[in-house]
Amino acid sequence: MKNTSYPYQFQPAKVRSELVRMFPISLFVVAFGAAFGLAAAQEGLAPLESLLMSTLVFAGASQFAAIDMWGAEVPVIPVMVVVFAINSRHLLMGASLYPMLRDVAPAKRYGLLLLLTDANWAVSAQEYQSGRRNLEVILGGGLVLWLAWIVGTWLGAYFGGLLQNPKSFGMDMVLGCFLLAMALGGKKNPRVLVAWALAAVASLAAWKWLPANTHVVAGALAGGVVGFFWLEKKPVDERAGEEPA
Amino acid sequence: MTIETTTTGVLALIVIMTLVTLVTRFGGVFIMSFVRISPRIESFINTMASSVLIAIIVPMAFGGDAGALAALSVTAVAMLVLRKPLPAIAAGILAAALVRYLFQTIPG
Repeated sequence: MKNTSYPYQFQPAKVRSELVRMFPISLFVVAFGAAFGLAAAQEGLAPLESLLMSTLVFAGASQFAAIDMWGAEVPVIPVMVVVFAINSRHLLMGASLYPMLRDVAPAKRYGLLLLLTDANWAVSAQEYQSGRRNLEVILGGGLVLWLAWIVGTWLGAYFGGLLQNPKSFGMDMVLGCFLLAMALGGKKNPRVLVAWALAAVASLAAWKWLPANTHVVAGALAGGVVGFFWLEKKPVDERAGEEPA
Repeated sequence: MTIETTTTGVLALIVIMTLVTLVTRFGGVFIMSFVRISPRIESFINTMASSVLIAIIVPMAFGGDAGALAALSVTAVAMLVLRKPLPAIAAGILAAALVRYLFQTIPG
């Protein structure tokens, strides 16, 4: 049952327009990156080291958490556990794009995932809900966000004093506000609202009682269960038969 | 097991973090490539996707300060009224900055 042809066609013009579209958000990512560069410098990381980390890891929240555990010696397993837990949402994010990604050749598919991050994923996933297939935002948006994260880290590592307290400018809320706007801009029906309610309760319960950083996965899976048992009655335009003829 | 933060030690830690993150980036898609996407699985994936957003935001609101709460509520209202993400996000960030500024300047 292997799909041997990969019909997804990337449109270069759309990749560019998605890059431009994510540019305003990427300015905030620069500020967030600067905060990381500064925090890393204060923990004793050389500028090149934090730059390398941002370039390769490209997952802000987990980098902040790892830096929190920095010292003369760093415990390896706890760092791995924390990084995995915080980034485990990528597992679900990637899975949610699979209906599109399966139409992309494996090398490109996994290449794209290198650029997967919350903001470009949120756009792509929300558009997919409204029937639009947009992997260009993963590529174009991911590139600009990745560069912004690197530039920001560089600024913070060398000129950390410029932005002493990014929180006082609300910079820590950029991602939260962005994701909220994406959620509210998406499709809303009773099924989605029930899923959200369950996701909210489950994530709060996990946040309170389960090990740290498990709340995103717990809430998302709880919301998914609603979808598993409550199928939407599909309108006439059945989109399932998308296999190439 | 600990790693000393010498230059090689830091490099090793960065490589380890990169590999762990790669597992999370690739893992979901890799597993899905063995799953037949039935309408039920597709429905699971779709509600899960928007639930990811909720599961990030709700604990953020509950655990955050007044500024965080202001940012999220203003973004929500602005988004529902204007239906445009960028102004809604900008308004939210402004609200956080404003609330934090006001609270800081309260005497005492």
